[in-house]
Amino acid sequence: MSEKTLVNEEQHFEDMIAEESICTTENLVYEKPDTLLDTPMHYCPGCGHGVAHRLIAEVISELGIQEETIGVAPVGCSVFAYNYLNIDMSEAAHGRASAVATAIKRVLPEKYVFSYQGDGDLAAIGTGETIHTCNRGENLLIIFINNGIYGMTGGQMAPTTLPGMKSTTSPFGRDVSTMGSPLKITELIAQLPGVYYCTRTAVNSPANVRRAKKAIQKGFEYQKLKKGLSFVEIVSNCPSNWKMTPLEANKWMEEQMFAFYPLGDLKVPNDKEK
Amino acid sequence: MSETKLMKGNEALAEAAILAGCDAYFGYPITPQSEVLEYLANYAHRTGMVVLQAESEVAAINMVYGAAGTGKQIMTSSSSPGMSLMQEGISYIACAELPCLLVNVVRGGPGLGTIQPSQGDYFQSVKGGGHGDYKLIVLAPSTVQEMVDFVREGFALAFKYKNPVLILTDGALGQMMEKVDLFPQMERKTVFEDWATVGKPKTRERNVITSLNIKADEMEKINIHLQAKYKVIEENEIRYEEYMCDDAEILLVGFGLVARICKKAAQLAREKGIKVGVFRPISLFPFPTAKINELAGKVKGIMDVEMNAGQMVEDVRLAVNGKIPVEFHGRMGGVVPSPEEILQKLEEKFVGEIA
Repeated sequence: MSEKTLVNEEQHFEDMIAEESICTTENLVYEKPDTLLDTPMHYCPGCGHGVAHRLIAEVISELGIQEETIGVAPVGCSVFAYNYLNIDMSEAAHGRASAVATAIKRVLPEKYVFSYQGDGDLAAIGTGETIHTCNRGENLLIIFINNGIYGMTGGQMAPTTLPGMKSTTSPFGRDVSTMGSPLKITELIAQLPGVYYCTRTAVNSPANVRRAKKAIQKGFEYQKLKKGLSFVEIVSNCPSNWKMTPLEANKWMEEQMFAFYPLGDLKVPNDKEK
Repeated sequence: MSETKLMKGNEALAEAAILAGCDAYFGYPITPQSEVLEYLANYAHRTGMVVLQAESEVAAINMVYGAAGTGKQIMTSSSSPGMSLMQEGISYIACAELPCLLVNVVRGGPGLGTIQPSQGDYFQSVKGGGHGDYKLIVLAPSTVQEMVDFVREGFALAFKYKNPVLILTDGALGQMMEKVDLFPQMERKTVFEDWATVGKPKTRERNVITSLNIKADEMEKINIHLQAKYKVIEENEIRYEEYMCDDAEILLVGFGLVARICKKAAQLAREKGIKVGVFRPISLFPFPTAKINELAGKVKGIMDVEMNAGQMVEDVRLAVNGKIPVEFHGRMGGVVPSPEEILQKLEEKFVGEIA
């Protein structure tokens, strides 16, 4: 499509909108939650981070807990998460987000606290903090974005990189005999008594987006019960470092990632406890 | 009401943390400072302060970072190898300008070293320690009483400058028992700082605690701001003690535990007719550079004594700036010098030559 036709198309839509005056309150089907700032996101096209951020913002706005929520951003692609969410936030050193979140929650036990961490942060350099935060049953929410690769540093092998999967540091594919198998940390965490709720979701389809939002919402709501930690994994993609188009990346994620990291609840509170 | 007690250094320090209204302590066991965590585990319920045994010193310092971001009075303590593990986190805290109190009950190194007292962490404590350009305010107690007093003073300085404060002590001061006057119980903080991450009310912009700025010119501005703050600290917060310096011809310079031993050595020297005084830097950053330079104009020589291979002596020599000879005597690896030994070294180095 030439640039000229594009301009004409845009003009056409603008005329149509003005003509029909469809921008009215009755017609409002979606609006940006007030917890989401106007800052343009730095994420690559097709990346799951943007959707995950929006879900967090929607949940916080809908629960009306913007004034009572403190978020912790990790080191990794989402290091700038605090640029997009209109809440008090703390940036953490690589791997230590759950330790930072622990401390905030301990000194402010009535507030809502969450950490947002990638696979390298949560399941490699921060494994110790992750396991012990979960095991202590801290009353907070950990949101774990698993795309099987180090995004920010340019596509190196992550603890969650699939067997045979190529990365810049496993250029011939992950060889499990020397590089170990992908770490299913969510399965590991689900075993811990301190964990109240543990689930694996995705943001690749409208249905999964709705499930992921529900999971995040539970992760906030359960904090009031003071019964332990909520852990929400979001299996995501990385078109740039997987070297795929967004559509290819989603297809590959559905076929390969979901096979290894099956979606669904790993631990749910029993009804009597609720 | 204040109270006088016979207490072990580490326990007195922990008691002072409770009395100072400390809101949370995060720590990990390591000899010779585990009594701090143990004491707090036993008695912190008096004020309801949070005490959490972390899974590592790395976790502990990052908990301090998170909790300090809420504007409360937060503290940790460790000993040398544990402090090494904390350095990355301390760098983040310094850059994010969070107030907190750190305590290093130093043991002999390098490596796993020993559990006996040492001053081998001077460089790490006063020159930065972690990555990047930053400074801690460093206070070096030489008595159990100062272990108590510097907790209260340390928190005040930390909040005054939004900067981490380090109490640099050693295994001997941590383990020895002395008489201490405890200060009355202080209130825990109830008013939050306006920069704190406590939940964003509609009336203000969101607060973000971070040490990240990807733009070089912005990051340089942060550095310039930090350096300007350190300059103000240097202008206002220098602390030292002079002991028989007025008529001294030779000066012993030492900090912490060593200064006490130097005082005894000075007494022994004076019994022999050698006029020796003792100068004790109390704040190691900011360092009493100008005062040492002034004293260097009055005495014939300085012997710096430390429980390390010669660390503070570099700052003493910079302060003296070649005016007079500066000698050094040090013991390492957990060995504590005796007053007799210090006197003997002083006589070897100076007497006959100067007197």
